[in-house]
Amino acid sequence: MANRWDAIVVGGGHNGLVAAAYLARAGKRVVVLERRERVGGAAVSEEAFPGFRFSVFSYVVSLLRPEIIRDLDLPRHGLHILPLESTLTPLPNGDYLAQWNDHDRNRRELARHSLRDAEAYDEFGRTLHQMGRAMKPLLGLVPPDPASWRPRDLAGLARLGRHFRALGPAQFHALHKLATMSAADYLDEWFEGEALKGTKAASGIIGTLHGPRSPGTAYVLLHHYMGELDGVFRAWGFAKGGNGSVSEAIAGAARAFGAEVRTGAAVAQVLVANGRATGVTLESGEEIRAEVVLSNADPRRTFLDLVGERHLPAEFVEALGRFRFRGASAKVNLALDELPNFACMPGRGPHLRGAISISPSVDYLERAFDEAKYGEFSRRPYLDIVIPSMIDPDMAPPGKHVMSIFVQYAPYHLAGGWTDARREALGDAVVDTLAEYAPNVRRAILHRQVVTPADIERLVGISEGNIFHGELTLQQLFFLRPVPAWARYRTPIEGLYQCGSGTHPGGGVMGAPGRLAALEILRR
Amino acid sequence: MLRFTPFHPRVAALCQSHAWRRWAGYVVASSYELSHEREYHAIRAAAALIDVSPLYKYRVHGRDADRLLDRVVTREVRRSAPGDVLYTPWCDAAGKLLDDGTIARLDERTFRLTAAEPNLRWLQDNALGLEVAIEDVSDSVAALALQGPNARVILEAACETDLGGLRYFKQAAVRLRGSPLLVSRTGYTGDLGYELWLEPGDALAVWDALIEAGTPFGLTPAGMLALDVARIEAGLPLIDVDYVPANRALIAGQTSSPYELDLAWAVKLDKPFFVGRDALAREAQRPPEWRFAGIEVDWPSFERLFAAVGLAPRVPSVAWRTSVPLYAEGAQVGYATSGVWSPLLKRYIALAHLRGRWGSPGAAVEIEVTVEHQRKRAGATVVTKPFFDPARKRA
Repeated sequence: MANRWDAIVVGGGHNGLVAAAYLARAGKRVVVLERRERVGGAAVSEEAFPGFRFSVFSYVVSLLRPEIIRDLDLPRHGLHILPLESTLTPLPNGDYLAQWNDHDRNRRELARHSLRDAEAYDEFGRTLHQMGRAMKPLLGLVPPDPASWRPRDLAGLARLGRHFRALGPAQFHALHKLATMSAADYLDEWFEGEALKGTKAASGIIGTLHGPRSPGTAYVLLHHYMGELDGVFRAWGFAKGGNGSVSEAIAGAARAFGAEVRTGAAVAQVLVANGRATGVTLESGEEIRAEVVLSNADPRRTFLDLVGERHLPAEFVEALGRFRFRGASAKVNLALDELPNFACMPGRGPHLRGAISISPSVDYLERAFDEAKYGEFSRRPYLDIVIPSMIDPDMAPPGKHVMSIFVQYAPYHLAGGWTDARREALGDAVVDTLAEYAPNVRRAILHRQVVTPADIERLVGISEGNIFHGELTLQQLFFLRPVPAWARYRTPIEGLYQCGSGTHPGGGVMGAPGRLAALEILRR
Repeated sequence: MLRFTPFHPRVAALCQSHAWRRWAGYVVASSYELSHEREYHAIRAAAALIDVSPLYKYRVHGRDADRLLDRVVTREVRRSAPGDVLYTPWCDAAGKLLDDGTIARLDERTFRLTAAEPNLRWLQDNALGLEVAIEDVSDSVAALALQGPNARVILEAACETDLGGLRYFKQAAVRLRGSPLLVSRTGYTGDLGYELWLEPGDALAVWDALIEAGTPFGLTPAGMLALDVARIEAGLPLIDVDYVPANRALIAGQTSSPYELDLAWAVKLDKPFFVGRDALAREAQRPPEWRFAGIEVDWPSFERLFAAVGLAPRVPSVAWRTSVPLYAEGAQVGYATSGVWSPLLKRYIALAHLRGRWGSPGAAVEIEVTVEHQRKRAGATVVTKPFFDPARKRA
């Protein structure tokens, strides 16, 4: 009997939806099966408190590949990316460091702290721009395996080799440093101001159980600088309606191309016969068959839960076991009766339309990490705060506000495990930290939602709640992601593909894994 | 000396950028903040307040008011009802555009005409033998555009009136905290929006009331740079930029007919007479020589031009208004007159004049792009206007 579907996508996260849209665009009959009642996975907007919309998990956009926005015409399906303009770092001494998008204003502010840093900043920006350009081809490429002799790998390596040669020595060396150093060491080469280094280094620890002085964190910093908005690298934006509207736009595009998106359809198992994926079984018992199955779930869930070890080579299972998740981040979402009033910059102002970063120094971040090393959450965590309702007033009732707080460190492997009490204790630590800089926050809170890595795992299904579907560290990137020799979206099961952030080029609301997986299938 | 609009005290206090522009002898803000970016996004994502007082405004009143307007403009005014607003171009005897604007029918015998250029003499000359009075009310009517998806809730909150019944291109009288206003569901952004017509003496009170009511809904004062991006997305032509008014053209080749500006829909040849009718009736017999269309620059080819010299593509975030050549099959087939990177659509768009068949949607052309001082060509596709046309505009 002919299959009704050419492809099944397990999981309607943004990558699964991207993969479905590209396959449908190529004329394939595709169905997306999402366990929850709404699509998006970790890119969802939910009205967790009446009238207040939260980007429950991921909360900003930058990495979303411009070719995907273009190919799928996402603005026509409702995507509107609004600019995030500034970063404010309040300091314990009552001062602040602000980074503004206007060049003169920014330089004047940096010079207030360090004349040298104010000058170095432009050069740093230029280097990171060049690095963004240097990395860009990798984001649109199935990673070639340098250990392979297959013609396609050799050709891919030759192309990359030429690309990197063409960068010239200065850029190539900078790239090498970024790939290997710690964020703190790399920033020490540029800057002297503690607040500036702390705030920049914070990009290097996101989603990773490493401190800013851990080698490899400079790459994570670069990963956050590769985003591109309107041709500008490291530009960050906010999707109108929250990050759920990114997923909704992609789902809209997928449907417009003819894909079917089913919610409330939890996949229990990938059906395997004679080493081939033949379809899936839903928890309801329904069986759906297709030529190809794509999994948007992370590698551990895909292979160990949905496929099962018995269908897999032992060394593959072993390599999977070494793939590190170790979720380190939490989210606190607040519904607020009034705007936070920062003691260092009182009142309403443009600083409330940008990011507010609690990262006064590298030491502060490293100390926060110290606690996490031993299985505790940080009593004084790094916070990356945005107030979506200041950028998109429709996120909250008129005059009210929502605040999105990214929190690190909150290790998945918490000593004694996560309980309701520990979750609320984390929420208290976050509010206490914030209240040191904006004391009115405490009384302004109408509703608090705390999302620990354990909650991420439970709600969205990502193993250990790692926001990137596995740490972005060098030993599990590129041709090693998720497992050496299996980085090209294919799997040991014929007809089963991976399309989530656990594959190259990794996490963030980027869509690249979904696109590349679909293109890989269409090559067949 | 340049003049100040009735809103200037508020505008000047907010204009951090000190970026001003001249408009019809007035100073208006180019942008309030150092960059116009947020003001643009307010138009599309929340609401923007734009001082459009420098528009020329005429009150046309009398038994023959509709006859006069029907003589002058290409659309049919006589059939309009009080409360209707029409967008229309008007032409010289050769059927070439002089100006374009809106006509609001205030009552059976009274109209308000807005124009980009002075038109009193033209109106008077055409009023010969008609019972009609034409008054230049440009200085005695202040005007504000309130544009964007939240425009309605803000205006409703400010005037405590339900505006759900005010349809696209309709007008109504309301009171805003005691100030009488005429509100038309019109604008130059292609979005949900209103234009407010009021006494200059009420200007500051109305501005303040709108800001107060609108701030919780994201209302942001916006300048001309933001408006220019929005109007290109809306595919709306701008006088002196996208066309030369016939009375200022130095050679015939500079003039454009409504057909050549994609305004055929606004030419009512079945009206018995209007200025330019005969010429336009003749022109309607054949396909227009020039067409006014949207083009979209092909991103991969644009990006390649920059990549070839080791650069990331640089997009125009401020709209340009120069003439840029367009090519096809190795020859020039037209020119673009306004273009901008659309921050919403994530596309590089432009308004263009194209010869004959090259003006049809889907036609592949090339646009000149200067990369590192070198003139290059990027691919571009002719597309239908408007580039952005949200359902809320008419809903």
